[in-house]
Amino acid sequence: MKKIEAIIKPFKLDDVKEALNEIGIAGMTISEVKGYGRQKGHKEIYRGAEYVVDFLPKVKLEIVTEESKAEEVVNTIREAAYTGKIGDGKIFVLPVEEVVRVRTGEKGREAI
Amino acid sequence: MEQIQCGDTAFILVSAALVLLMTPGLGLFYGGMVRSKNVLGTIMQSLIMISVVSLEWVYLGYSMSFGPDISGFVGDLSFVGLKGVGAAPNPDYAPTIPHMVFMIYQCMFAVITPALMTGTFAERMRFAPFLVFSVLWAVLVYNPICHWVWGAGGWLKAKGVLDFAGGLVVHLSSGAGALAAALVIGKRKGYGKEGFMPHNLPMTLLGTALLWFGWFGFNGGSALAADGIAGVAFTNTHLAGMAGMAMWVLVEWFHRGYPTTLGAASGAIAGLATVTPAAGFVGPNSAILIGLIAGVGCYAAVSSKTKIGLDDSLDVVGIHGLGGVLGTLCLGLFASKAVNPGGADGLFAGNSSFFMTQLFGVGVVLVYAFVVTFILLKLVDAVSRLRLNVEDEVQGLDLSQHSETAYN
Repeated sequence: MKKIEAIIKPFKLDDVKEALNEIGIAGMTISEVKGYGRQKGHKEIYRGAEYVVDFLPKVKLEIVTEESKAEEVVNTIREAAYTGKIGDGKIFVLPVEEVVRVRTGEKGREAI
Repeated sequence: MEQIQCGDTAFILVSAALVLLMTPGLGLFYGGMVRSKNVLGTIMQSLIMISVVSLEWVYLGYSMSFGPDISGFVGDLSFVGLKGVGAAPNPDYAPTIPHMVFMIYQCMFAVITPALMTGTFAERMRFAPFLVFSVLWAVLVYNPICHWVWGAGGWLKAKGVLDFAGGLVVHLSSGAGALAAALVIGKRKGYGKEGFMPHNLPMTLLGTALLWFGWFGFNGGSALAADGIAGVAFTNTHLAGMAGMAMWVLVEWFHRGYPTTLGAASGAIAGLATVTPAAGFVGPNSAILIGLIAGVGCYAAVSSKTKIGLDDSLDVVGIHGLGGVLGTLCLGLFASKAVNPGGADGLFAGNSSFFMTQLFGVGVVLVYAFVVTFILLKLVDAVSRLRLNVEDEVQGLDLSQHSETAYN
């Protein structure tokens, strides 16, 4: 099993969610996060003075899926979140040791 | 008693309430511009003035400001505890309203003036020495200047200096004091490295609305009667506010590329502050010009403060100080007896000596307020440190000074 963490532009969340639904991904966890990479920050102007804000708002998605499906999920997210401009985000793929469904106690693939 | 006019009395009572509203409005205006950890402490610095300065006003301030004159410098103590200040009018000031109504109306001006100054040392002053300083400032700076300019027998008044609603008494005195305070207390920790961005601009905009609304009482009521002059002052207040807002937004749009809401609010306040001394003495076209001058002038002042490294945190010097100077001098240019026969003719009506009189008034108030504020702060600091320690400053005013947080 793999966990896919994707940092994307907030306005792309709906597109990504729909695209993932279409390939049968039934659940995900999202959070509003802030961060910066090559895009760096942005400028804000108050009373004629410019301030550089380092951290930009982004959305982080977390999805756990079967190993065989991980590549398809990554590609789907990449296509749906793509704008071609700097700051589109990153996708991380991590191994997952175990999954347990709280309600039934099912484990592994059955619990995803 | 028989000469009391009920229309005038009702108008000044309502105006007093309008001016009162400006102080909590100012608290919101400032509160939105600080970081969230300092919002309650910042609002409190304005709000508490309602209590401490009103008390000072009843037992000392009113008499020092408007009591029977001692050599042009200060009022005597005849009105301490409001002795003799009752239903009968005081013909020196307002012959058609009860003396007590005049007193409470003036009280609201005394309250907001030290509150204006708090913007300059925002986010870093301890509460107890702040209170002591504010009371001493009201006694030693506000009351004398108020007497010189507005008190019967005041020496600046006798020289012919005019200030309709407080360009000198309120805005320049607090602005010059703010300059001294910014120098004495020093820059906030992280100045120049961290961005001190406003945490809640909608709060600032709400404060702006309350200030503008209250300003109709501040300037309109300064006619001390519900008459044509009040109408002129009321109209000019609105016109200068709108012109200041338009000008600031245009200038920053051109200069920085964006029309900002904080710019609109700042420009409005700059226009309103600047027209204050002139409100009842100039015509509407002059008021619009004054607002436009305020918008560009105060924008330039606020933009240049970082270049000189002055942490006048919420721009008291650049908006109220400069507004007071510009407005008082503009009055010297645009004043017209055709508008107000009780006023003067300015430079553009061929009376250059009046402009020089106004310039003199600006110089006196600027120097006096700056010097006395500077000395006062040094004295208070020597007895009880003004500045928060570093840990408290990082933690914020709200938790360190008031044991509260604004947002849970």
